[in-house]
Amino acid sequence: MLALSDFLTVGAILFCLSVAGIIINRKNVIILLMCIELMLLAVNTNFIAFSRFADDVSGQVFVFFILTVAAAEAAIGLAILVVLFRNKNSINVEDLDVMKG
Amino acid sequence: MQNLCLAIVLSPLFGALISGLFGKKIGRAGAHWVTIIGVGVSFVLSLIVFCKLVVWDEPVFNQNLYLWLSTGGLNFYVGFLIDELSATMMLVVTFVSWMVHIYTIGYMRDDSGYQRFFSYISLFTFSMLMLVMSNNFLQLFFGWEAVGVVSYLLIGFWFKKDTAIYANLKAFLVNRVGDFGFLLGICCVFMYFGSLDYGTAFSMAPGIEDDVMVVMPGYEWSVMTVMCLLLFVGAMGKSAQVPLHVWLPDSMEGPTPISALIHAATMVTAGIFMVARMSPLFELSEVALTTVLIIGSITAFFMGLLGLVQSDIKRVVAYSTLSQLGYMTVALGVSAYAAGIFHLFTHAFFKALLFLAAGSVIMGMHHQQDMRKMGGLKKYMPITYWTSLIGSLALIGFPGFSGFFSKDAIIEAVHLSHIPGAGIAYYAILSGVFITALYSFRLVFLVFHGEERFDEKTRSHLHESPSVVTIPLLLLAALSVGSGAVAITPMLFDGFFGEGIYVAASHDVLAELGTHYHGVLGMMIHGLSQPPFWLAAAGVFTAWFCYLRRPDIPAKAVTVVGALHRLLLDKYGFDRFNDWFFAGGTRRVGQLFFRVGDVAIIDGAVVNGSAKVVSWTSQIARRLQSGLLYHYAFAMILGLIFLLIVFVHQFLLAN
Repeated sequence: MLALSDFLTVGAILFCLSVAGIIINRKNVIILLMCIELMLLAVNTNFIAFSRFADDVSGQVFVFFILTVAAAEAAIGLAILVVLFRNKNSINVEDLDVMKG
Repeated sequence: MQNLCLAIVLSPLFGALISGLFGKKIGRAGAHWVTIIGVGVSFVLSLIVFCKLVVWDEPVFNQNLYLWLSTGGLNFYVGFLIDELSATMMLVVTFVSWMVHIYTIGYMRDDSGYQRFFSYISLFTFSMLMLVMSNNFLQLFFGWEAVGVVSYLLIGFWFKKDTAIYANLKAFLVNRVGDFGFLLGICCVFMYFGSLDYGTAFSMAPGIEDDVMVVMPGYEWSVMTVMCLLLFVGAMGKSAQVPLHVWLPDSMEGPTPISALIHAATMVTAGIFMVARMSPLFELSEVALTTVLIIGSITAFFMGLLGLVQSDIKRVVAYSTLSQLGYMTVALGVSAYAAGIFHLFTHAFFKALLFLAAGSVIMGMHHQQDMRKMGGLKKYMPITYWTSLIGSLALIGFPGFSGFFSKDAIIEAVHLSHIPGAGIAYYAILSGVFITALYSFRLVFLVFHGEERFDEKTRSHLHESPSVVTIPLLLLAALSVGSGAVAITPMLFDGFFGEGIYVAASHDVLAELGTHYHGVLGMMIHGLSQPPFWLAAAGVFTAWFCYLRRPDIPAKAVTVVGALHRLLLDKYGFDRFNDWFFAGGTRRVGQLFFRVGDVAIIDGAVVNGSAKVVSWTSQIARRLQSGLLYHYAFAMILGLIFLLIVFVHQFLLAN
């Protein structure tokens, strides 16, 4: 039987991977979006695990909400990405520095 | 009496307001009628007041009429003190002012500022009356400042003329210096007496005669001396005593009627009047009296000398005014206050006469003021000639004329005085007599006698002035002749001023003089054998010899004593020194403050400095904003880790 800590470890590893992906990735905005999805998944994993072990369904309800929001976010994110590519002709993260001080 | 006084003061003010505010509506004739009637009423009522006091022996009127201001237990009143001293002044002021009003109709006939001018001179009459009729220091100061303002307005009457603007500014600034001293003096009076009322202050003055004050540590000064000197600084400004005399010659930039009214006959005598009024204070300080004496004799002698080299007809008369004011001040210095006021009284008539006559000449010559371009005017302007001859004779003190009595009284008083400095003062004013005669008759000979030094065009327009000009001249001439002989006995020797003037017994030179006095005729006969008469005669003879007989002598004299001549033309360098030291010094200090304080500290350090600090810090801070997403994300992670550490640390501590 897997313990709660195993699930939490998987979640933490996924989260750390996604954080590393956001910080280290300098090339591709799509990878950035994927990393954000991954981060949400890590959170979901935690929610499911806690829900299961605490015997409380409200954690799973949360996961549904998060999945919905994540889907919407992915759609909007990709749309923005398309517009961005049309304008800048690049999806290189290093080029996206118009907010520079 | 109270209503009489109010009417005297307010009728010129009423005239001034009407002609000043409604000048366009009432027109030129309206303006001169309303102001002349206003001042005329004032003169007639002053005459009534004078008669009441002198002829009908009514008591002195001293009453507060109106509580102007009450603060902290201190009351400022508007009130009148009408004794023989102020009644005399009122008579002089209103009469001369009235004459000048009438004269102005002729003199300013073609001027576009006609109504404005009448408004100003009426306002001046009001201010001067407030000054002389006051019964407290504050109202005196009000009148003092008000005449200063009117003087400023009138010197700069032709405000499009640069020299006039310069002159009125100069007059105002120099008077400011004097007024500052005067104000300090008033503060001093208030500090020690707790009241600004004349009566209270004068009655308390003997009580603090021996008090001292410490202004600078280590020096003890007598309170009375400091007070009197400060008050006298005010008198120096207004009465144009050295070194605050510089404004008066320049004030000749104004129209001639006001030169006569303000800068010769009345306003400049305010200082003399004030010192005479404050005689109970001045009598307590011998140091102050000596200072007054010395300053007066310097003014009387050295300013007279300057009159010798001037070629502008009005300036010669202006320097003679300075010199005569010096005589009055000398009289005050030897405690012969009555003689000072007596000279003020006679001088008002003959000096106004001389100025108005000069104005008449200027009108005839089409505003030519240079005496070198006149000459031989006697046959063209006979009335002007005879009246100014009378004025000049009165000025030099020809026996029988008014100036003789007043000036001789002063000279004799100085001769009898034992106050320190009286010896030098005696010789200064005695030689002043010679100089007075010399410059007065230089003027008469250059203007009215000798060859005609003007062109044909001027000659064709040359004629005697209209009757509005000549009638005041004749009236003033009559008074220049007669006022001295009539007034000398009561004014100087019969205690005319009563309580108004206080003289300590040890200083009372006039009483001593009175023991030698044997009536008007006696004084005239005695005068014929005295040095002043012979000095005056020598002056007239020198003038005749140098300017009529041998006109080449002055030019030669200039080459012989070139340095002296230049010094006189330079007016002893007072103007240059003031321009360099005070005006220039102030400008340099201003430059310094501008460069260091304004440009360096305020603009440089505070304004631009703070902006630079902001800009500099933001130069650094902007590097934080790279605009790259992963930097922000990294910052968030760092923050998260930091919070986690704090959280875990506290969690561990709690367990």
